[in-house]
Amino acid sequence: MSLTHQDVARIAKLARISVNDEEIAAVGEKLNNIFGLIEKMQAVNTDGIEPMAHPQDVSLRLREDVVTQTNQREAFQAVAPQVEKGLFLVPKVIE
Amino acid sequence: MKWEVVIGLEVHVQLNTKTKIFSGTSTAFGAEPNTQASAVELAFPGVLPVMNKAVVDKAIRLGLALDARINQKNVFARKNYFYPDLPKGYQISQMELPIVEGGKLVILVGEEEKTVRVTRAHMEEDAGKSLHEDFQGMTGIDLNRAGTPLLEVVSEPDMRSAEEAVAYARTLHTLVTWLGICDGNMQEGSFRVDANVSVRPFGQQEFGTRREIKNLNSFRFLEQAIKYEIQWQIDTLEDGGRVEQATVLFDPDSGETRMMRSKEDAHDYRYFPDPDLLPVRISGAQIEAIRADMPELPGAMKARFVDAFGVSAYDAALLTSSRATAEFFEAVASASAQGKLAANWINGEIAARLNREGKDIGACPISAERLIGLIVRIADNTLSSKLAKQVFDALWESDLTADAIIERDGLKQVSDVGAIEKMVEEAIAANPKAVEEFRAGKEKALNALAGQVMKASKGKANPAQVQDILRQKLS
Repeated sequence: MSLTHQDVARIAKLARISVNDEEIAAVGEKLNNIFGLIEKMQAVNTDGIEPMAHPQDVSLRLREDVVTQTNQREAFQAVAPQVEKGLFLVPKVIE
Repeated sequence: MKWEVVIGLEVHVQLNTKTKIFSGTSTAFGAEPNTQASAVELAFPGVLPVMNKAVVDKAIRLGLALDARINQKNVFARKNYFYPDLPKGYQISQMELPIVEGGKLVILVGEEEKTVRVTRAHMEEDAGKSLHEDFQGMTGIDLNRAGTPLLEVVSEPDMRSAEEAVAYARTLHTLVTWLGICDGNMQEGSFRVDANVSVRPFGQQEFGTRREIKNLNSFRFLEQAIKYEIQWQIDTLEDGGRVEQATVLFDPDSGETRMMRSKEDAHDYRYFPDPDLLPVRISGAQIEAIRADMPELPGAMKARFVDAFGVSAYDAALLTSSRATAEFFEAVASASAQGKLAANWINGEIAARLNREGKDIGACPISAERLIGLIVRIADNTLSSKLAKQVFDALWESDLTADAIIERDGLKQVSDVGAIEKMVEEAIAANPKAVEEFRAGKEKALNALAGQVMKASKGKANPAQVQDILRQKLS
């Protein structure tokens, strides 16, 4: 498959990456190369093979439900651009 | 045209674990902002999620209670979207292989039972909170709630009215609190409902276009929102318009739903398996251990109450609306051997009083033991229903036993035949007109005479006995 100009613009928008019109052609070409590789992999016959969710065939280890973390708000907020009353402040977003 | 309503619900059940789903951070409600947000919830570089075992156990509990399949291999996926209260840029959820699939929930609508199919329930993390008011034009972010474990329980579109949707939500709410996996506190957001609503001409097979009402956090709002939405869709279609797929919000102040986003702006979540998390594998032994630890479920208990105590299906449903109420009833009904009386008092007087005082059964001032004392005295005819009400009032206000109150206030019902006969004779002598009327066939006149006897006994005569003796004397 080959990605169109619009496909690339849409992927960029979804990923919140700013790509201008000149860049789209170059990015599209790189993406198309990746898709070419994916197409090769998809050509392999995988009938009857259960899809793996992870390359290693092991199971998730679970932890007990016990509190181990302490409050480190001060340290975390020391590196935040803006805070007030314990809140992180971000540019206004209302959906 | 006659329209049929189709409703499916998605309920976010917050699990009452001590810690978050992917970190050992406390989930206690009401902490200062961001004091319960660790590097995992803040998505600092290099952190990895470590799954909480209690979340899996609680999900299995619900799955078993819904008579559903537990997927012994289930997988976490990333649901990608950008919002400041989700610092990672994705929510960890389950897509293709959720932990619970294919269950059912029996609901009671009026007096009718109906089975609603449950499509699936999956584990996921909650997002943080965005506070849009008053921070110099900025949005404040509190990540205490981020990473709190949720089970999203998705129903099939099996409900056909707002009432059915509310009955389903209430039944599920009862079940998750009964199982002890959720505190059920709707004000604090522990149980949030999204409703998918559509209408179609009666008899049509295909579904109409649905709109999804987001984030309803009370049963009243759920009912109001659905009713408004149904009417809006019918009006729109009957005026020749079209319903477009959309997500809407309910405004409790206006009682209306309004569009939040249309299908064109619908999210493209680009789900894919989360490479940070391996598949969760659940052994048969683990499932059986949880099954062995399950309490008797509300449905089974309801059936047992009908069989063992002779209460009506309706009463049994009310009695099993919470585990505490069911346990209270069972204690009273078994000890007094008076199931119907116990049901009448608990569903009647006690429920009304608790409701008026805004309390639940846990805060009932009358213990099971003291209620048993009252019911035993009604059953053995010491108390008429009128006197029983008086004793009940006194029980509510004091710590005394029913017997102590009866003694103190001299409320014993008079069942002594001699004493009642004497009062009956006096009443007959004093009311010749009523006697005449009764003998002429006027049944009502007997009540007037009985009333006189009850008055003479200060309400303490056994009313059934008074009637019997009156009839004897007048025949």
